[in-house]
Amino acid sequence: MYQTTYHRASSVDEAASLFGKSSEAKFLAGGQTLLPVMKQRLASPSDVIDLGKIRELQGVELSGDTLTIKAATTYHDIMQNADVKKAIPAIVHLTSVLGDPAVRYRGTIGGSIANNDPAADYPAALLALGATVKTNKRSIAADDFFKGLFTTALEDGEIITAISFPVPAKAGYEKMRHPASRFALTGVFVAQTKAGEVRVAATGASQSGVMRVGAIEAALKSNWSPSAIDNVSISANGLLADIHGTAEYRANLVKVLAQRAVAAAG
Amino acid sequence: MSTVKLTVNGKAVAVDVEDRTLLVHLLRDHLNLTGTHVGCDTSQCGACVVHVDGKAVKSCTMLAGEAAGTSVTTIEGIAKGDELHPMQAAFRDNHGLQCGYCTPGMIMSAIDIVHRYGGQLDEPTVRQELEGNICRCTGYHNIVKAVLDAAGRMKVSQAAE
Repeated sequence: MYQTTYHRASSVDEAASLFGKSSEAKFLAGGQTLLPVMKQRLASPSDVIDLGKIRELQGVELSGDTLTIKAATTYHDIMQNADVKKAIPAIVHLTSVLGDPAVRYRGTIGGSIANNDPAADYPAALLALGATVKTNKRSIAADDFFKGLFTTALEDGEIITAISFPVPAKAGYEKMRHPASRFALTGVFVAQTKAGEVRVAATGASQSGVMRVGAIEAALKSNWSPSAIDNVSISANGLLADIHGTAEYRANLVKVLAQRAVAAAG
Repeated sequence: MSTVKLTVNGKAVAVDVEDRTLLVHLLRDHLNLTGTHVGCDTSQCGACVVHVDGKAVKSCTMLAGEAAGTSVTTIEGIAKGDELHPMQAAFRDNHGLQCGYCTPGMIMSAIDIVHRYGGQLDEPTVRQELEGNICRCTGYHNIVKAVLDAAGRMKVSQAAE
């Protein structure tokens, strides 16, 4: 790791002000991606601004039909939270198959979506549930937030403060885990809103990061059941291909995992 | 450079380290607590697991500065004098190690698992929960046996306290 200067911010305002004073700062939440990347010398921020201890970024609130998870809430705390379990159990399941127990004690939801790894799990949940990303400057719909590989709508120095999820009627997430990294070789999140809208998002599949899957949404809209997807065909065009799976393999995974996710959602 | 103040194995310490120092290097290089190992350095193998405020985390994936003000427990801090921690004793009795390199991390993760499940553990759960700890001797069978054995012992010793 190259030299850096560590700062611990005690408020979002202080973190933003520290960022403004640094030449090339990075925000640190749980550090489960940033620190490995810094160790590989793929990132060399002049300053690291720790958001992990900021109280206003911790916790979960359930108010009516909206579940709000503050950005620096750890995966472990999300999994244990009674409101998350009650309102959107699919998020608890998604979190339980992400990383490993030690990683889940440190990693945060805000860190995951700010990084927007094309194989991360949370972006699929946000996109399928139609979540809203709250920052210290504005609110951004999930549809407008994810902009491609490791790219988001966040501006320089903008800090995610919370993610708000409309509580769905039904939701499910299934993934094919890469056995070493535990990232999603492909993962599919399906959701039916209380208004009857169907939204399906796949991660680990597209070359442009997390994506909606319109063909599956249309099939599920008329018939919410795994068999409704039997005859849907997913194109391999634009899908990721690597030593772990071809684009065709991933296209098939999108379909199979969507069926499993609908079965899990009930 | 910064002075990082924290509690390690019950003792308050203040250590001058570069800001880029990882917690595992603070423990090993500055406090000579070399029981905590660096296996992969990529957050996957779990040989570096320690408890920070009671939670089993990978000390190679945490800056020393992030640990300021916390209480850290390493493998050196779990025995009571000459009396091994029940998890250490169970690893010895069940031959839960071959080369021993992964053992400190295995034991620290395993104690956390028993705490989280309150001793209500079965074999599939232990295998699933140990997914963040890799044994390159592939000696998992006896490790799992040791954790299940220790879960029983820790329940008994808690009840006795």
